[in-house]
Amino acid sequence: MFLALTNPFGPDMLPLLLQVVLLASLVNVSCALVGSFLVLRRMSMMGDALSHAVLPGLVIAFLFSGSLGVVPMFLGAIAAGIATTFLTQALHQYGHVSTDASMGVVFTSFFAVGVVLLKRYASNVHLDVSCVYEGSLLWLAMDTETVAGLEIPRQVAVVLPVLLINLAVMTLLWKEFKLTTFDAALATSMGFSAPVIHYLLMALVAMTAVASFRSVGSILVVAMLIVPPASAQLLVHRLGPLLAVACAIGVFVAAAGATLAIWLNVEPPGMMAVVAGVVYGLTVLFSPTSGLLSRALFHRRTASRILREDLLAMLYRVHEHDADQRLSLHEAIDAVGGGAAARRAFRSLRRQGDLRQTVEGLALTDQGRATASQLVRTHRLWETYLVEELGLALDHVHEPAHRIEHFIDEEIREQLAKSLPQSAEDPHGRDIPE
Amino acid sequence: MSVAPSIASKKVAPTTALEIHDLTVAYRHKPVLWDIDLEVPEGKLACIVGPNGAGKTTLIKATLGLVPLASGNVKIYGRPYREQRHLVGYVPQRETVDWDFPVTALDVVKMGTYGKLGWFRRPGAREREWARECLDQVELADFAHRQIRQLSGGQQQRVFLARALAQDAKVYFMDEPFAGVDAATEGAILRLLQDLRSAGKTVFVVHHDLQTAEEYFDWVILLNMRLLACGPVETTFTRENLHKTYGGRLTILDQAAEAVSRRSPE
Repeated sequence: MFLALTNPFGPDMLPLLLQVVLLASLVNVSCALVGSFLVLRRMSMMGDALSHAVLPGLVIAFLFSGSLGVVPMFLGAIAAGIATTFLTQALHQYGHVSTDASMGVVFTSFFAVGVVLLKRYASNVHLDVSCVYEGSLLWLAMDTETVAGLEIPRQVAVVLPVLLINLAVMTLLWKEFKLTTFDAALATSMGFSAPVIHYLLMALVAMTAVASFRSVGSILVVAMLIVPPASAQLLVHRLGPLLAVACAIGVFVAAAGATLAIWLNVEPPGMMAVVAGVVYGLTVLFSPTSGLLSRALFHRRTASRILREDLLAMLYRVHEHDADQRLSLHEAIDAVGGGAAARRAFRSLRRQGDLRQTVEGLALTDQGRATASQLVRTHRLWETYLVEELGLALDHVHEPAHRIEHFIDEEIREQLAKSLPQSAEDPHGRDIPE
Repeated sequence: MSVAPSIASKKVAPTTALEIHDLTVAYRHKPVLWDIDLEVPEGKLACIVGPNGAGKTTLIKATLGLVPLASGNVKIYGRPYREQRHLVGYVPQRETVDWDFPVTALDVVKMGTYGKLGWFRRPGAREREWARECLDQVELADFAHRQIRQLSGGQQQRVFLARALAQDAKVYFMDEPFAGVDAATEGAILRLLQDLRSAGKTVFVVHHDLQTAEEYFDWVILLNMRLLACGPVETTFTRENLHKTYGGRLTILDQAAEAVSRRSPE
């Protein structure tokens, strides 16, 4: 099953590497296309179920036709796929079993039947159980044929048509797939039968799974159906780009996985699945819109902005209370909680030119005073609002206003000002700055 | 399609927008709507009112062919729904869709044009322009390219209404468009409904707020598993009818439904 490679990066390895990448890319792009809709329909586990449940269809098709021909194989897989979908639904509806449980029951039984049939009747063919899991990508990549002067793996004749069929169906029925996935009820009321599209998608998934089976095995099929679309979902927010990014991730996984596998002397499909997992992990961490890192940075930036604003507003209030009083740097930093974060906030304010340090102590510049007065204005307007409109007691209003002053923009602030009775003072009797 | 002479005599007047005859719907053998008969003329704002579990959503879904009928039939402008799809617009409940779906507000509104395009044809520049106009009518033109999760609840509801406008229908079914929206959106939706009525459209709205039902609508359908009343608000929205709808539990009907459900073979 496996090649002992002496020099993984010798010139003789390059054609093999390219053939592996070509074959795996075709498979991965096919999987990413149909998998995107599985993920969006929250049916990821159906990909797992179908890629296992097609096995008996495959074996029975082989037993009838006596060959591993492409057409009987696809017919068998599609029949098994539709049967799985139908039985899952029927068991759920008539057996009063939840969808996930009925899916689990159906696909494991189908897979088991497939394994038994395979062992009992078809053990002499090149379709053994281990190859079901891991595929035989290296062997298939080496089994080439010369087309137009290029060495092309024969298996391309199986996976390329599937990719083209997937592409053709998605192009032709793009709006139908989009609508039934987003709003099945509206689609059906318009005459686009959601069940028809559902079964069509399941047939495509089954076909894709079985075409990919021999090359990359069921483990990678499941990974490639789900992981690239799930990663793409974290990166883009339109349907077309989502599919494109998922396909690009599929190609990247094929290339990176194949290279690493040959280098480390392991089976490429397993390595590709690992790379896919790593890609997902990286998007979870680093996605610019929804990644953990960008969210953490955002929190941090917000926290330091609040600290800077608190510092400004405090200096404003001190000056308001007594125009001659100056706080020292230490007093100011202690007043907003102290520590390294407060010192950083102070330094950045000084850099921005919002405050300056004089011999008497800290003082706001005109620019700093303008920012601070707007903060204090928001704070006092909000206090007025809470007292006037919500009828809160005076001792209940400072804390909420203290938080919300950092989040209200000019538009809401002026709306607030307009909705309140014209008054130059807040409930504590202090001036509301203009 | 012409009407066969034998049933031509039964043909309803062309101004009847919706006619439901002897409609019964059951979920797993348990009837949820019993023998509904109703007729609503064209150009009405009709609210469907009733307690929780009264079958209001089911009535709409049965009308639109989304749930199987145990018996009865539905006619839109005198013909079965299947032939009249192009005349009908639908606004499902807002929570029934996934707002994380990767589409913009404009994409969603464009979906309203799909029905008239039919299978395979893709929306082009004309549909895009029309969708923009519809989005403009609900005052969301500036939000066309927002991903729908980034809209407020009221804005999401208005996107749904814009999508219904894009369907360019004569009869609309809206499932709780006023649920969970702020006062400004409620006002905007109401004005939109009134504009639709002025344009001769008929609108059916599942409505929960009895306080405003009388003020907003001119026709009322009172529902609680069976039809209690259907008619102009002034004569139908009475204390007595409301009491029949909301008051006294329908114990016999409930028990019968339970019994049918329990004793039916699966």
